[in-house]
Amino acid sequence: MTCKELVELVTDYMEGALDADASARFEEHVTACPECLVHLGQMRLTVRAVGRLRGEDISPDARDHLLASFRNWRREG
Amino acid sequence: MSGEAPLPVGLDANEERLVAELRAGSEEAFAALVGRYHASMVRVATAIVGNRAVAEEVAQDAWVGALRGIERFEGRSSLRTWLFRILTNRALSRQERERRSVPFSSLASDELDAEEAALDPERFLPADHARWPNTWAVAPESWAGAGEERALAAESHRVIAEAIDALPAAQRTVITMRDVEGYDAQDVCNALEVSETNQRVLLHRARSKVRRALEDYLQEDDAGDGSPG
Repeated sequence: MTCKELVELVTDYMEGALDADASARFEEHVTACPECLVHLGQMRLTVRAVGRLRGEDISPDARDHLLASFRNWRREG
Repeated sequence: MSGEAPLPVGLDANEERLVAELRAGSEEAFAALVGRYHASMVRVATAIVGNRAVAEEVAQDAWVGALRGIERFEGRSSLRTWLFRILTNRALSRQERERRSVPFSSLASDELDAEEAALDPERFLPADHARWPNTWAVAPESWAGAGEERALAAESHRVIAEAIDALPAAQRTVITMRDVEGYDAQDVCNALEVSETNQRVLLHRARSKVRRALEDYLQEDDAGDGSPG
C-alpha cells in the first residue's frame, strides 16, 4: 500500500469498511509511516471539528410560526 | 385524542412519552421536539436544497406533515429517524422542483462519476519515481498542540462552514448528516437512496475537502504568527 493509496482509503478504514487483510495493511503502513499517521490524525480531527458546527438554536420566529401551525393542527384534529 | 397505536420497539421511554403527549395535543411536547430537532432539520434541508430560506419552509412543512402523521407513527424507528425521513423526502422533492427536475440521485451520480483525488497529486512523488514512488512529496504538517486547538476552536467554524457550503450538493448533504448531525451511515443511505459504498465515497470527498480547508487556515495562521513584528 503506497501513501497515495492509503490517503484514499482513510474513510473506508475509519468506517470499518475495509476487509481484514486491507485493514491490516493499512495499520501496518501507518505504524511505519509518520506522514500517513499525521494525515489519518488530521482526518479524525476534521470529523471532530465538523461536529462542533452543531448546536445553533431555533430562531424565535421559526418557533412562533411552528407553534401557530401546531394550534391549527389541534383545532383541525 | 383517542385510538393511539401501540408503540413497540425503537423508542426510548422519553420519546414514547413525547409521542403520547403529542397525540393528546400537548403544545409543550411539541415545543420540546421543535427545540430539540428543528435547527438540525433546517441544516440538513439547507444542505439538500442549497438555500436557507427554502430549507426553513421545507422544515416547517415537514413538522406539519409529522403532526398529520403522528397517529400513524408506529415506533418502528426512533422518532428522530422518522422525523428526518419526512424532512428529507420533502427536501428532495423540493430540490427537484427548484432545480427543474434534476433529481438528487442524478446530482449524486454526477459527483460520483467525476474522478477526484483526496489531495492534490503534486503532494506525492510520481509513480515512476526511482526510490519512493507515490510517497509524500509535501507531507502534512502535524496539527498536534496549538493546531489541534485552533481547528476545534469557535474561530474555525466559519472556515469549516464555508468549506461545507462550497461542496457539491450530495457531498454537502452526506457530511452534514453524518458529521454535523451525527446520523449513522444507514440513515443517510435510506434517506438519500445511495448505496453504502457511494455514501462512503461522498463522505470521503467531503471530509477531504474540509480537511484541506482547515490545513490552509492553520497554515495562514502560522504564517501570520511567524511574520516579524
